[in-house]
Amino acid sequence: MKLIIFAGPPTCGKTTVIRQVIKRMIARNLKPSFVKIDVLYADEDETINKEFGIPTKKIYSGELCPDHCNVVVLDEVVEWAEKAGSDFLFVETAGLCLRCSPYVENSLGVVVLEATSGMNLPRKIGPMLTLADISVITKIDLISQAEREVFRYRVLESAKDITVVESNALYGIGIDPIVKQILKTPDIEFPMYLRGNPPVGTCTICVGKKEIGAKNHFGVLRTMNEELFYVGE
Amino acid sequence: MEIKKITVIGGQGKDGSKEKVNRFELNMGDIVSIVGPTGCGKTTLINDIELFANRNTPSGRQILINNEPVPDDFSFDPSKHPIAMISQHTNFLSDLPVGEFLTIHAKVRGTSDVEKVVDETIQFANQLTGEAINKETAMTELSGGQTRSLLIADAVVIGNSPIILLDEIENAGIHKTKALELLKRYEKIFVFVTHDPTIALLSDSRIIMQNGAMQKLVVSNPEERIVADELKKIDNVLLHFRGLIRAGEEINQHQLEQLAI
Ligand SMILES: Nc1ncnc2c1ncn2[C@@H]1O[C@H](COP(=O)(O)OP(=O)(O)OP(=O)(O)O)[C@@H](O)[C@H]1O
Ligand SMILES: Nc1nc2c(ncn2[C@@H]2O[C@H](COP(=O)(O)OP(=O)(O)O)[C@@H](O)[C@H]2O)c(=O)[nH]1
Ligand SMILES: [Mg+2]
Ligand SMILES: [Mg+2]
Ligand SMILES: [Zn+2]
Ligand SMILES: [Zn+2]
Repeated sequence: MKLIIFAGPPTCGKTTVIRQVIKRMIARNLKPSFVKIDVLYADEDETINKEFGIPTKKIYSGELCPDHCNVVVLDEVVEWAEKAGSDFLFVETAGLCLRCSPYVENSLGVVVLEATSGMNLPRKIGPMLTLADISVITKIDLISQAEREVFRYRVLESAKDITVVESNALYGIGIDPIVKQILKTPDIEFPMYLRGNPPVGTCTICVGKKEIGAKNHFGVLRTMNEELFYVGE
Repeated sequence: MEIKKITVIGGQGKDGSKEKVNRFELNMGDIVSIVGPTGCGKTTLINDIELFANRNTPSGRQILINNEPVPDDFSFDPSKHPIAMISQHTNFLSDLPVGEFLTIHAKVRGTSDVEKVVDETIQFANQLTGEAINKETAMTELSGGQTRSLLIADAVVIGNSPIILLDEIENAGIHKTKALELLKRYEKIFVFVTHDPTIALLSDSRIIMQNGAMQKLVVSNPEERIVADELKKIDNVLLHFRGLIRAGEEINQHQLEQLAI
């Protein structure tokens, strides 16, 4: 199974892009599933399940930052999707703390940025951008050609090896290159490791333990179904 | 790829009937206007051109570059995109000062003398606007007319795009005949969507649209050029009075007689 992790600020167009991608996966007879990790509220699982009839799930991260939550539950989520018979798992995270990044080795990391968010955004979001494989720039229909070119430059300035894809996600323009990259992604391997170095901090994730799964961590944790619990002294 | 010419192959109008104009060509240096009542499909036509439609848009039109269709998955290096569209609604959203924005854009476009080109762009824009734009102004502070002027200047000078599509620039209150005069110095394809008779008659040809379809292609004749020059005088009279009113002057009949149209 292939794992594709989508991150980006709220309302940047993650769900819109994912829906366009899923539509194309289904047209190729592929079997995607979808998981949304959010802090407090999400309904993407229901709308995507209704629209495409594929397995979906949502996980509220509550007190944890969504990317931390992702680290401790992702192993179970991957098992869930494999059991459901999926060959592609799409994870949409809210990625709010901007110090962590949700991407895992051997997955495809996609950061979604809206072209309307101002030229400084690419400089502000750290590892969510720099550790991603693809940067999808949405809402290009709302800005001029000149601004598109300058925004793209700002993205590449922060993440020079990233693949930039420009999209009007509402009309499905610029989606095919994303699908191409997804198909080229290697299968996910256990044990999974977090990409890059987590920020300095006090919890096991923050101090650099990259193994995925609650069993590998101490402190305030959770599993896919269980709410927060504490492991340690 | 060097673009020498583009061809528009007609599709169908809103009611599904075949377009009367089934083909027209645009060569470098051509200026064409698209005219017709509100909602008749003018913007849709230039969108088709911008997307290099390949019978894959609602109108079913096809655009050829140098006589060849453009494959569906063809994508240009974005810094070399050959078409610049100045749309009806575009505004700047970027939080950068004009000078910095243009400098980055000129670098992205691989310009050798960045500073000179940036100055030329601002000068070009300032010939079309009322209040001058300067390098320190934030892009988001520009007015509608200033924005449109800078977009045109950027597309022509920095972007140096061979094909420039302009949607109703007259509505932004910029100096339109001046714009046309400046643009004619550059060897490019210009397509104007317009409700303005002067712009239409100063173009080399015009496409008449109705109900989503291209109905007729009219090539401007020499007599129309004479009429266009007269209309330009009327425009200049209007501009003259606009200037007086803006300067707070009181207007009298004598001023009109003096101008003697
Ligand atoms: N050939 C066509 N086939 C189907 N629909 C069309 C066609 N041409 C135009 N339309 C539709 O008609 C509507 C109006 O078109 P458009 O916005 O291009 O008009 P316009 O001439 O630019 O109007 P305005 O002068 O108000 O800007 C749009 O919803 C467009 O999708
Ligand atoms: N104009 C335009 N709107 C878009 C585009 N992509 C997304 N949107 C709109 O932006 C809003 C937020 O999109 P959504 O996918 O829910 O964002 P998410 O919070 O990142 O999942 C919705 O109203 C979308 O319709 C785009 O490319 N162009
Ligand atoms: Mg969403
Ligand atoms: Mg229009
Ligand atoms: Zn975090
Ligand atoms: Zn932490």
